[in-house]
Amino acid sequence: MSAVLRIDDLRIETDGETPRVLVDGVSLRVDRGESLGVVGESGSGKSLTVLAALGLLPVGTRVTGGRIVLDDRVLVDVEAGVWAGERELRALRGRTAAMVFQDPMSSLDPLRAVGAQVASAVRVHAPRLGRRAARERAIELLSSVGVRHAAERAATRPHQWSGGMRQRAMIAMAIAHDPLLLIADEPTTALDVTVQAQVMDLLAEVRERTGSALVLITHDLGLVAENSDRLAVMHHGRVVETGATRAVLAAPAEDYTRRLMAAMPAEQERATPAVRTGEADALDAENIVVDYRVSGRKTPVRAVDGVSVRIMAGETVAVVGESGCGKSSLAKAVLGIQPAAAGTVVVGGVPLRSELAGRTAAERELAQIVFQDPYSALDPRLTVHELVAEPLRIRRVYDRATVGALLADVGLDESYAKRLPGQLSGGQRQRVGIARALALRPKLLVLDEPVSALDVSIQAQVLTLLDTLQREHGLGYLFISHDLGVVRSIADRVIVMQHGRVVEEAPTAQIFSDPQHPFTRQLLAAVPRLDGPRRTARTAAAS
Amino acid sequence: MLLFIARRLALAVATVLAVVTIAFVLGRATGEPGALLLPDNATQADVEALNSALGFDRPLLLQYLDTLAGLVTGDFGDSYRLRESALGLVLERVPATIELAFWAFVIGLALAVVAALAIQLTGSRVLRAIVGWAGALRQSVPDFFFALLLVLAFSVLLGALPSLGRTSYASLVLPVVTLVTGQFVMYLRLLDAALSEQAGQDFVRTAIAQGQRRSTVLFTRMLPNAIVPVLGMAGLNLGGLLGGTVVVEVVFAWPGLGKLLTDAVSQRDFPIVQAGLVFVALAFVIVNTAVDVLVRRIDTRTAAA
Repeated sequence: MSAVLRIDDLRIETDGETPRVLVDGVSLRVDRGESLGVVGESGSGKSLTVLAALGLLPVGTRVTGGRIVLDDRVLVDVEAGVWAGERELRALRGRTAAMVFQDPMSSLDPLRAVGAQVASAVRVHAPRLGRRAARERAIELLSSVGVRHAAERAATRPHQWSGGMRQRAMIAMAIAHDPLLLIADEPTTALDVTVQAQVMDLLAEVRERTGSALVLITHDLGLVAENSDRLAVMHHGRVVETGATRAVLAAPAEDYTRRLMAAMPAEQERATPAVRTGEADALDAENIVVDYRVSGRKTPVRAVDGVSVRIMAGETVAVVGESGCGKSSLAKAVLGIQPAAAGTVVVGGVPLRSELAGRTAAERELAQIVFQDPYSALDPRLTVHELVAEPLRIRRVYDRATVGALLADVGLDESYAKRLPGQLSGGQRQRVGIARALALRPKLLVLDEPVSALDVSIQAQVLTLLDTLQREHGLGYLFISHDLGVVRSIADRVIVMQHGRVVEEAPTAQIFSDPQHPFTRQLLAAVPRLDGPRRTARTAAAS
Repeated sequence: MLLFIARRLALAVATVLAVVTIAFVLGRATGEPGALLLPDNATQADVEALNSALGFDRPLLLQYLDTLAGLVTGDFGDSYRLRESALGLVLERVPATIELAFWAFVIGLALAVVAALAIQLTGSRVLRAIVGWAGALRQSVPDFFFALLLVLAFSVLLGALPSLGRTSYASLVLPVVTLVTGQFVMYLRLLDAALSEQAGQDFVRTAIAQGQRRSTVLFTRMLPNAIVPVLGMAGLNLGGLLGGTVVVEVVFAWPGLGKLLTDAVSQRDFPIVQAGLVFVALAFVIVNTAVDVLVRRIDTRTAAA
């Protein structure tokens, strides 16, 4: 069986006088029809390696060693001095190998109708096909990836499509020319877990039809377990372990692979809840209703429809659901950022006005938030010390020692105080975000997807930190998340939301062992697991 | 879309009203025109007689209502100095101003688009540096001085182009060149930055990963996305040009609105000031509404929001 893609001893460095090595001595092989999972944390070089195969390296990086062979054509051979030209690469892109990128929100041109974008992908390699025929083919492709009413939907622009539907459109473009190889770079990271399952099902289905091989690049071991035949684990620009997916996951030979597997959210609940009795509840929200006014519509859109949440001091309550279910709106209503149209909010025993402007500074201290994205949540021009000091200065209770103590609390020593956010890793930034939220000694911490932007090993560290802080300070956590794995290891109780309402509420163990509502079961079934059902069939390879 | 245009028209009325009111208040605050209209040796009595003849002794509120009435009927009164309909005088100058503004705008923007595309297509840092440097050099020279240099070179030394008045298409060349070269670098900077930002967008990478030519991607994907913010800026700029370009009009003796208006202001010729400002305000609002309609056609997301 011949290889569709062979990468030998690939080396990628940054441009400039002191080049940094990003990928070093990587060799990969993808056979016809097979599925290769490439796993690693951010910065491991997994994306660069495959981008290099199509000559798509970002500006400022280049191949400095090794050999790349795609469908028996040598594209790069540094020793022999072979470099495929733009023309040759262009003929291969989209035809021999096609890509599906991570973020379907930004991967489609916002100004052009989706159908037109699919049609132009069709015409690239079939220029003699007329416009009309290309448009018909585009609609056919969209229908084939499960877009209903494709003819009408094709004329609409991407902002009218949901994330999952856009990713279907991306896949439609990728399979336009039945490529030998599909490269999917974190294809489901930006999607809800149930949508992720649908997209992975679709990828398996189209591969059966087209016989394409698949390179699946991801940080999610569960996803690889369910969707790949072979597996390559990358770390710091090198392949540390490779082999049949089953075999590697059953008996990992390398220490790093074991660490990755260990860092996956544990499939068991946290040991003992840290609930403190005799203290006022961290949060007592009753019958919260949140409405959004939409211009051009008389009736507002109801995002949260009568939801009640009670969180005791020292308790973690997770709110889970898909995007648009109202979980973030609920958090905003608790904080007063988006005032509740009805319902009561009591934090730490203090009843609060629904809108933030009606709350005194002392009342605002009671509930603080840690944001999802540690990259945009911190002012890039303030030092770590100033970031944590800011809320203290606003309340005129600043002193140096307090900031030092807060930073020590989140595991950052004195040496970090003078650094800027740009000089910190994602995990360190999130620690700063947590220290800042704790500065005013709140009773309730709203954690809005606090670890979903972090690598799994960092996730585990931050979750441990949150657990420690909760026990120390008796904090109540309102933990907003779409990731059930993470929820399982930190929450005492879970609230499942759908369409603005609570469909199920139960202690964590019960949710996972005995889910009652069909939607909860659907959510649980969609989470990829190391021992999950395998989606990848070798029918294509056999034919 | 109709609702949007109706809303914009209401805004236009409010804008004109505000402009007229501000002009009225500021005009009256700077004094009465009698002394300026009469010769130096006129007596105080003459001045007061003229002021009262022009209606400046009446209560301010009445004068203001009069002005508003004139606004509604389109009758702004006669110019104090020229004894002619103020609106007529303004409208007489409008074609010259539109001509100059239109060509300066179109050529300036077109050149900037061409230059920005050339920079992206060639990927040449040298080209970007040269074009940017030349543009900055031009901008660092004041308009009147650059205009004089042009006159010196093309009219005096070469005798190729007329330097004064509005007599033929040839007489358009030097004033337009002065304005275009001043506008060009601003558009270029905006567009170059916008295109460079587009180059890093995921959907651009998607198109290239499908095997599209980089030039096709530039024209069909990057340019439409990059031009939207530039159009907004260009609209503001065109509105400004339509208000007249005093310096250029003075240097080239171009019979445009700018010179008429500045003269009227310094002579307290209020009817002309009022009529001129109403035209400028309307032109500004109309141009920007047109630009917004255009942007909404290109980018339907803004229409949905």
